Amino acid sequence: MASRKRKMRANTKTKITSFTMVLAFWALIEGIRLSGHLSSKFTGLLIPVCAYIIMAVSLNLVVGFLGELSLGHAAFMSAGAFAGVFFYTTAGATLPQPLALFFSFLIGGTAAGILGFAVGVPVLRLSGDYLAIVTLASGEILKNVLNSMYIGVDSEGLHFSLKDQFSLGLLPDGKMLMKGAMGITGIKKCSSFTLGIFLILLTLFFVLNLMDSRAGRAITAIRDDEIASRSIGINLTRYKLMAFVSGAVFAGFAGVLYAMNYASLVAAKFDYNLSINILVMVVLGGMGNVPGAIIAAVILTVLPELLRGFSQYRMFIYSIVLIVMMLFNQAPAFVARRQRLRLKFRTRKAGQDGEDGKEEI
Amino acid sequence: MALLEVTNLGISFGGLQAVAGFDLTVETGHLYGLIGPNGAGKTTAFNMLTGMYRPSEGNIILDGEDVTGKSPEYISKAGIARTFQNIRLFRLMTVLDNVKVGMHNRIHYPMWDGVFRTRTYKEKEHDMNRKALQLLKVFGLDDKADYAASQLPYGQQRKLEICRALASKPKLLLLDEPAAGMNPNETEELMDTVRKVRDDFGIAILLIEHDMKFVMGICEDITVLEYGRIIAHGDGETVSNDPRVIAAYLGGEDD
Amino acid sequence: MQFLSYLVRGISLGSVYALIALGYTMVYGIAKMLNFAHGDVIMVGGYVVFFAFCKGNMNPWLAIILAMCACTLLGVTIERIAYRPLRGTPSLAVLITAIGVSYFLQNSAMLLWKSDPKSFTSVVELPSLYLFGGRLQISAETIVTIIVSLVIMFVLIWFVQRTKQGHAMQAVSEDRGAAQLMGINVNGIISLTFAIGSGLAAIAGALLLSSYPTLIPTTGAMPGIKAFVAAVFGGIGSIPGAFLGGILLGIIENLSKAYISTQLSDAIVFLVLIIVLLVRPTGLLGKKQMVKV
Repeated sequence: MASRKRKMRANTKTKITSFTMVLAFWALIEGIRLSGHLSSKFTGLLIPVCAYIIMAVSLNLVVGFLGELSLGHAAFMSAGAFAGVFFYTTAGATLPQPLALFFSFLIGGTAAGILGFAVGVPVLRLSGDYLAIVTLASGEILKNVLNSMYIGVDSEGLHFSLKDQFSLGLLPDGKMLMKGAMGITGIKKCSSFTLGIFLILLTLFFVLNLMDSRAGRAITAIRDDEIASRSIGINLTRYKLMAFVSGAVFAGFAGVLYAMNYASLVAAKFDYNLSINILVMVVLGGMGNVPGAIIAAVILTVLPELLRGFSQYRMFIYSIVLIVMMLFNQAPAFVARRQRLRLKFRTRKAGQDGEDGKEEI
Repeated sequence: MALLEVTNLGISFGGLQAVAGFDLTVETGHLYGLIGPNGAGKTTAFNMLTGMYRPSEGNIILDGEDVTGKSPEYISKAGIARTFQNIRLFRLMTVLDNVKVGMHNRIHYPMWDGVFRTRTYKEKEHDMNRKALQLLKVFGLDDKADYAASQLPYGQQRKLEICRALASKPKLLLLDEPAAGMNPNETEELMDTVRKVRDDFGIAILLIEHDMKFVMGICEDITVLEYGRIIAHGDGETVSNDPRVIAAYLGGEDD
Repeated sequence: MQFLSYLVRGISLGSVYALIALGYTMVYGIAKMLNFAHGDVIMVGGYVVFFAFCKGNMNPWLAIILAMCACTLLGVTIERIAYRPLRGTPSLAVLITAIGVSYFLQNSAMLLWKSDPKSFTSVVELPSLYLFGGRLQISAETIVTIIVSLVIMFVLIWFVQRTKQGHAMQAVSEDRGAAQLMGINVNGIISLTFAIGSGLAAIAGALLLSSYPTLIPTTGAMPGIKAFVAAVFGGIGSIPGAFLGGILLGIIENLSKAYISTQLSDAIVFLVLIIVLLVRPTGLLGKKQMVKV
């Protein structure tokens, strides 16, 4: 039973590391802010960092734990952002602020979850390359539709069009709520860093506990071998959907958080490139490694801002990171070399048992 | 009534009849062997029994229930578990978790209990851990519980796969070449284990194996397939003296 | 007449997709991987032709041959460095690497040639064709693209079905392990496939830019993804399927631009992909494949 205790430790370790890291990050930033040394450039980054951490952790659910490549994670962020903000700028305006905020997140997360479900049900039957390309396609479809969506309100109620502003036929007292590619404007900024940290903790709580339960084991089993999973009675669709939809819901939260940090919201922001950026965070952090994804998200958001003139090399370096990380972590030749090295290392530290069942692919 | 009653099972892939007229009766507590040259359709028969392939004709009756053409998930729940010719473990999961996944449909609790760490979660997980370790102990794997499955040596991976299959508490266990790649000592040991599993768990076992000594040594009832059809059936002696079986083995194959 | 003119434009766009899709389908059929970077190889081919022909006044034929050599080299190198070490690993790893390569090419182009659009001069120096007393104009580029993609399709079919290398390709596509046992140099065949696919990409680049003359580092990305859609539409791995899928996709895109909405035409193209994958995942001309247990 000694080994059981070790196992518990390994599992709890991930949790402790993740939560401590996030809380320490919060304390550090608040400390600097109190001392008045937080530059405005940095302050502007805080909420995006939080949103990206949530994105990276939730994408990890799909890519790292379920083992399916989703190239449309930004679409769920977008769905959450638009649904949440639309509510906030319309019906939310009549509610007290905290309540409005709460419902905005609820609606944003639900909208993203519904989209995840709608995309997931038909699409999760596919796998591998096809799933990747279909998630990419879904993201592009949503972007295009949101980009050509016009919504206005007047004394007769809501008007909706996919063509242009004039076909709404608004009365003179009307007000535009959503203007196609211009999106939603005039948002009252109400995100805060503390709220972001709270949402990160919520995401971590959900993801880490889920993965350390029956459902989580089923999800990782599907990643490791679909056929064996079916043979022991795991319902593939159910667990794939569970991972996919939960990932989408948290991406939706991230979307609301992110959108409420700016005065305007456009669909073009949540494109394929953003999905790839998030993917780079997951890959750099080590797929299936939650603390890794958090660190990667912080580094990849903050670093480009710190290094001047770096921005034009940013995507260039990202691409190299992707290739090198994949080769290094996955290519049989590299993996074998690493294992030999580890073996050498271990024989030197003879007697020490360094294996802790790390979940990394 | 027999545990498993298979009649006239057949499947064809794009005009090629891979298996035809496959009959089999399995009683609880017995060990059955399925042998035949490579490509005779043994694994295909397994795949039909476990729902991986949908048979084009025939019936599979498990414990009185017609499970022909049902999904693998359904058949797993109905009580057939299996191992694979080329080992299919959850490589990156721990040995213990491999067995716990095997209990997926035996011990369950809702997702939210897991997320919120309720008392149900703790009780069920505790129960699972206990049962899984017990099972691992039968195969001498309990001290490896925290290793990643892929870190185990080959022979132990085969054992772990059997362990995982048993975790679902099947009525019938299908083993696809359990002794493949094992040395004579390991094979000997595996024979004991398989017998022990049959006795301790009170289940029926049907296995595919190329090692004749293994099959003759433990199976009470052997079915021989060639070109997708049964050419002989009976106990070890009957089968090994059957002229068609001798011809099939001497004629084409050398493994 | 209006409709006919949209249709012709659709076929013109479609034949460019077809040309790219032919490369996609070859690589997917044989190497069994989705080469996300294929569209970006087209972009590189486009830049080579641009600098050789539009800037350097080289003979258009020579410029295209030069681009083909460059792209072939590029394709084979990518395969050797980034894809081959990952052979046999889960498709997730290869796919992410391919995305990495795609980004690498786009951003290298951005750094090398800057992001400002270059305007491309058509490599086709022929007059347009006028039909119905001048009411229907068909540009020479359209005609050339259609002819070139048809010719390439037939050459590829001939190559795969009639030559020794082609047979080896079929064998590798069916069962890589068995092909290896039969003494086929699997790595060599996959390299050859990448060489052919990338060489075609150069031609596709030149013709794409002759019809749509704006060259930027991301020029290849969208056509690349759409050509993949076309290849899936036609049945991935099928050479005539890629051609058919490309043409149909071009027509669908242009007609939805004309009759539904310019903004939503991409969405419609992608919707077609999703529907095809759900209703008939093997595409129009694809074969069904069994999963081995």
